[in-house]
Amino acid sequence: MDETTLLSWGQIIARILQQFLPVWIALIVTFILSIRYKRKLGLYGKLFDSPVGMVGLLLVLFWVYTAFFADMIITMDPIAQFGRVKNPPPGTPLVDPKDGQYAYFLLGADHLARDVFSRVVMGARRVLMIAPAATTFAFMVGVTLGLPAGYFGGKLDTALSFAANLVLAFPVILLFYLLVTPEIRVTGIPTYLAAVLFIFPVIFFCTLFNSRFFTSPPKRNLYVGLTLVIGLWAYSGLAFNMDPLGVWSMDPNLLNVFVSVVFVNSPTVFRIVRGIVMDLKARDYVAAGQTRGESAWYIMLWEILPNARGPLIVDFCLRIGYTTILLGTLGFFGLGVSPESPDWGSTIDDGRKLLSLYLHPAITPALALMSLVLGLNLLADGLREESLKD
Amino acid sequence: MLKFVARRLGVMVLTALALTFVVFYLTNLPPNLEKLARTEGSVRMTDQAVASWIENNGHGGSVFGRYAQWLGVAPGWVLTDDKGVTRGRCIRAGTDPAAASSYCGVLQGEWGFSTVFKKPVLESVLQKLGSTGWLMLWVMIVMVPTSLLMGVLSGMREGSRTDRGLSIIAIATTATPEYVSGVILVAVFASVTAGVSPILHEWGWISTKTLFLGTATSAMDNITFWNFALPVLTIALYGIGYIARMTRASMTEVMVQQYIRTARLKGVRFRDVVMRHALRNALIAPFTVIMLQFPWLLNGVVITEALFNYKGFGWTLVQAAGNNDIDLLLGCSVVAVLVVLVTQLISDIGYVFLNPRIRLA
Repeated sequence: MDETTLLSWGQIIARILQQFLPVWIALIVTFILSIRYKRKLGLYGKLFDSPVGMVGLLLVLFWVYTAFFADMIITMDPIAQFGRVKNPPPGTPLVDPKDGQYAYFLLGADHLARDVFSRVVMGARRVLMIAPAATTFAFMVGVTLGLPAGYFGGKLDTALSFAANLVLAFPVILLFYLLVTPEIRVTGIPTYLAAVLFIFPVIFFCTLFNSRFFTSPPKRNLYVGLTLVIGLWAYSGLAFNMDPLGVWSMDPNLLNVFVSVVFVNSPTVFRIVRGIVMDLKARDYVAAGQTRGESAWYIMLWEILPNARGPLIVDFCLRIGYTTILLGTLGFFGLGVSPESPDWGSTIDDGRKLLSLYLHPAITPALALMSLVLGLNLLADGLREESLKD
Repeated sequence: MLKFVARRLGVMVLTALALTFVVFYLTNLPPNLEKLARTEGSVRMTDQAVASWIENNGHGGSVFGRYAQWLGVAPGWVLTDDKGVTRGRCIRAGTDPAAASSYCGVLQGEWGFSTVFKKPVLESVLQKLGSTGWLMLWVMIVMVPTSLLMGVLSGMREGSRTDRGLSIIAIATTATPEYVSGVILVAVFASVTAGVSPILHEWGWISTKTLFLGTATSAMDNITFWNFALPVLTIALYGIGYIARMTRASMTEVMVQQYIRTARLKGVRFRDVVMRHALRNALIAPFTVIMLQFPWLLNGVVITEALFNYKGFGWTLVQAAGNNDIDLLLGCSVVAVLVVLVTQLISDIGYVFLNPRIRLA
């Protein structure tokens, strides 16, 4: 291959910066608006007082916008193969580019001649679609079970805590190897798990609205009814793939991965929520609520939970990062995801086999994953610091 | 104390039983058994033949019964086929069926036979555990002092520049899972095309192609700094940040206590305050954290051993799971579960032991 046709590192960086143009614009707009109105934005606004939090937010938003604008950013189809050259280095031109096709592998290509840059960008979309959603579900499960366990205590608490400790005592990797296999899908265990885990958001919102509005039945019926209709509709589609309208559905591969990640995360959330509730239930406002004759669920959901939001928000950020790491681990062991998938874990796994010769296919997704998790951790740190200042 | 330990042990045994049952159930799912039948028997078996193979090799019947047999609390299965040959769980091929014991399970030390390594499970697991033991030992030697030092230094003067700097490092390492730090370390230190190795080689400082070795396979026989540093560092890095942050939190908490102020006011040097008064109390919480890190380390060990091709316990687990080696996977799980539970127990007892303020409830 002719050496002179390779792009220099300066050119590569310039071209990458240019590809990310929509992200830069979105970031600049977000930051200008946020700094301008930061006094009106509550905890989010306060984040702009702490440099650590700002750096964290910058990194996280960068990846969020990248995932959002991924279609505009990518230079090539992330799963298509271009040419026969294996592992071309960054800046290699395509052998015979067609009209309208991007002429260079910006960050090189992997052993199947797929563009690394486009795969990493598309991988961001995959990761940012699964990780926050899985974390949200884990929080729903953890909160719905942790509140009564901490508030009522007794046998309920003992039983739930034992179950949570059981899951926590499992080495995560072993659980993944047992739960995320092609064989297990035949037995339907992921579906059963999904059936149990996915019902919790519905329960959560129903009790939330019922405990608040049960004094005015029309309002209550409206909210609870809406929750039931939308919730059960989504539930039927996501857990059983039986949505009558076909709007909600989940690839069985994805469902397996998703359910396992939720299953691994929820006991930790449960323990955190339970701990906070046990601490908060001795407060005066809880006693006041009890004397007023408020129902237990009202106190839990509308008095204790809002007061526990600080540590929970911080943990939510950290947990998205942790979930990202878990998803990467799954991909790294080639569990549950299709081999073509551009997600970061499997890309690292693909690239590591030739690591000592060709670095670029593995190191790019590795750095991407690291920067996203780092951003989330810094963001959590900033949030913790700012929420403590109240 | 005795009562506390006894109760903890009781819960531990119950947990171990529940966990091993779950593992047993999940490894002995019908599809896994069918796969086993096809690999052990023949690939072209009919569905009917598969079903009879499963039945004839003791994998039929209720899962509870098979679990009890595996555990060694129920008599092992014995079958006499139409040719008059008696086979059974406890009967080795070629031995007299009458002489075999009726119970043979994990409790009796019969862990089954590995189909991948063609060796008894117990033997191969113990052998691999030895290799992993060395890895863990060096990880602990690197991780514990580094993280405690980082935590104490940054917690000593909260908000100082040292504190800020070390905290950022700690956050960065917790954001770097093993499969990322491993890749980066190899890129920097063990790649022939990038990082420091080509430069050093060109200058003639190293005679080999790379500074460190990118695989740790040679460390199986002979551990040297050059083949073992990268895997150890890979595992240790992820834990360092977490333990350092815990130590920092507990150190800052101790440093604002009344007795520290008293010690400062009566004129004790800052160094002595930290060393004599603060450190002992500040290290109680990190102790439990380090103990609870073991399950996480297990995770790291699996990833790192796969990444560096170090044939230890984690590598075995991957092989067992990947090749549907049911007995070996069960054996690995028993070891993993035991490690987790024992460290939990040690951390609980140690916490009570170290902290006299906690009265046994």
